[in-house]
Amino acid sequence: MTKQWLIIRLKGFPVSFYINRQVPGILLAIALLTLAGIVISLGYGEYQIPPLEVIKTLLGLETTNPDYPFIINTLRLPRILVAFLVGTGLAIAGTIIQGITRNPLAAPGIIGVNAGASLSAVSLLVLFPNAPISILPFAAMVGALLVSLLIYFLAWDGGSSPIRLILVGVGFNLIVNAITNLMVTFGDINNVSQALVWLAGSVYGRNTEQVLALLPWIGIFGILALLLAGELNTLNLGDDTARCLGSKVEWQRGLLLLTSVALAGASVATAGAVGFVGLMAPHLGRQLVGSSHQGLLPVAGACGGMLVVWADLLGRLLFAIELPCGIITAAIGAPYFLYLLIQNRAQ
Amino acid sequence: MNQKKNSLNRLKTKQLTLGYDNKPIVVDLNVAIATGKITVLVGANGCGKSTLLRGLARLLKPRGGMVYLDGKAIYKLSTKTVAKRLGMLPQTPVAPEGLTVRDLVAQGRYPHQNWLQQWSAEDERMVEEALTITAMKELSSRSLDSLSGGQRQRAWIAMTLAQDTDILLLDEPTTYLDLSHQVDLLDLLHELNENKGKTIAMVLHDLNLACRYADHLIAIKQGRIYAEGAPEQIMTVNMVQDVFNLDCQIVPDPIAGTPMCIPIGRKLKSFSSLNK
Repeated sequence: MTKQWLIIRLKGFPVSFYINRQVPGILLAIALLTLAGIVISLGYGEYQIPPLEVIKTLLGLETTNPDYPFIINTLRLPRILVAFLVGTGLAIAGTIIQGITRNPLAAPGIIGVNAGASLSAVSLLVLFPNAPISILPFAAMVGALLVSLLIYFLAWDGGSSPIRLILVGVGFNLIVNAITNLMVTFGDINNVSQALVWLAGSVYGRNTEQVLALLPWIGIFGILALLLAGELNTLNLGDDTARCLGSKVEWQRGLLLLTSVALAGASVATAGAVGFVGLMAPHLGRQLVGSSHQGLLPVAGACGGMLVVWADLLGRLLFAIELPCGIITAAIGAPYFLYLLIQNRAQ
Repeated sequence: MNQKKNSLNRLKTKQLTLGYDNKPIVVDLNVAIATGKITVLVGANGCGKSTLLRGLARLLKPRGGMVYLDGKAIYKLSTKTVAKRLGMLPQTPVAPEGLTVRDLVAQGRYPHQNWLQQWSAEDERMVEEALTITAMKELSSRSLDSLSGGQRQRAWIAMTLAQDTDILLLDEPTTYLDLSHQVDLLDLLHELNENKGKTIAMVLHDLNLACRYADHLIAIKQGRIYAEGAPEQIMTVNMVQDVFNLDCQIVPDPIAGTPMCIPIGRKLKSFSSLNK
């Protein structure tokens, strides 16, 4: 009957859902690719560790060198976990934004959410260099939230329209980035250099505390996004159809936007503006499992995690000096964005 | 089902005023959609018939007056409650790229679902039934973009059927379809009315098809009801002249016997005056 769907129903509980039958297989494939990236990444560095030893250490088995657990678990693993979580968060945020705006070229980085986070973080780094670094994520989060609220209210005209959200968002993106540039241009050079590294988007030197701080954000809002997958599908049919189907369109759109801001904000707060992940990952996901969000959200999220893990690895492997992962994602993402634009125009 | 045909009209308006910005389009309108019947709204472009349909489906907030569903103000009912009783297909709806027919039809179950219960056995049964009725089962795994206009419209109808509402509103469902697909679609709607007892209200542009399929015809002029009743009663030369500003002759449809409007137009003006 429904061959392309995998249906899960609990007996005796009112719980049921369905996903595209290909989703589990594709998720497994992405997980394997990501794991491969993680193992290579964990073994690579000043102190090379063979892949087998990496796996043994991760599993807590006896290894040939007693230093391995420290190097892997304490020094290298947090950074890679942050890369994965940040990628996942940005990807799900991007999928949500593309869904609620019904625009395949939208992403948190394009409608100004990331810019808001960046501005407040850079302001903190440049204007208050003595402030403790631990409040940086909160500042970034507040910035993302403020800018998205401003966008939402300025785009409001008796109702929130997707196209106005994008136009106002793109405008805000430019303004906020201009102010960030102003900060960078006139700030004290030592503070600015720190801000610039952060702006490029990097997971360098992230520690276990930062992983633990980021994890609940991605976990809770990631699950919320999955629960809202059906709502996203409905909004995707257009406001009128969604309303006819009984969706409280404004409420759902607001809730989804907040979810997206929390995911993007937490990600940018932890790793800076890792660009284009929120744009690329949803497209990869859609090509793999189609546009139904029950399957798309997890697959896009996994793609995003994989992208940033590999971008971080490539940034360390390819050149003599270490490149921030945000530069690698931008180097892949910018041409991809152009490709999408050209493809969009061709239709 | 047949009992409902005799019960009171479930969807009606009182002194309904609708408009965009500051321009009222529908003014102080009292209308009842006959339960268990097919009602067709006709009128010139911009007369307010689509606006009225949108108002009935609570897509447009009234400026004045109210829409009542089962005796209650429609805005007092929760959006999902309304969506379980009243479905509407907007004019030329758009689906996201790559969406399959089955994905779309499954969306119709939205008002019956919640965060945890996203695909019950009932959902599955109703979607299969909707696909069968609309003859879309074979095409259910195709993407919507790959279908013809007629098939796509049937897929959308299947979605509203999966919604399982007694009342169905359709805004120009035959737009962009060729004549054979128009008839095919109207036949499908007629069967839904006959076999499932669905109350149907729709906007149609083709007066002759409107007369053939409507139990009840409502002619709208400048946001007000000009005439309503059985097509045989209200389809007159005067009505077409007043509502559409068109000279015509009304003859019985040779197949169905319902009124048929033969437009005259400028080209044949001289001819018709000669004939008189």
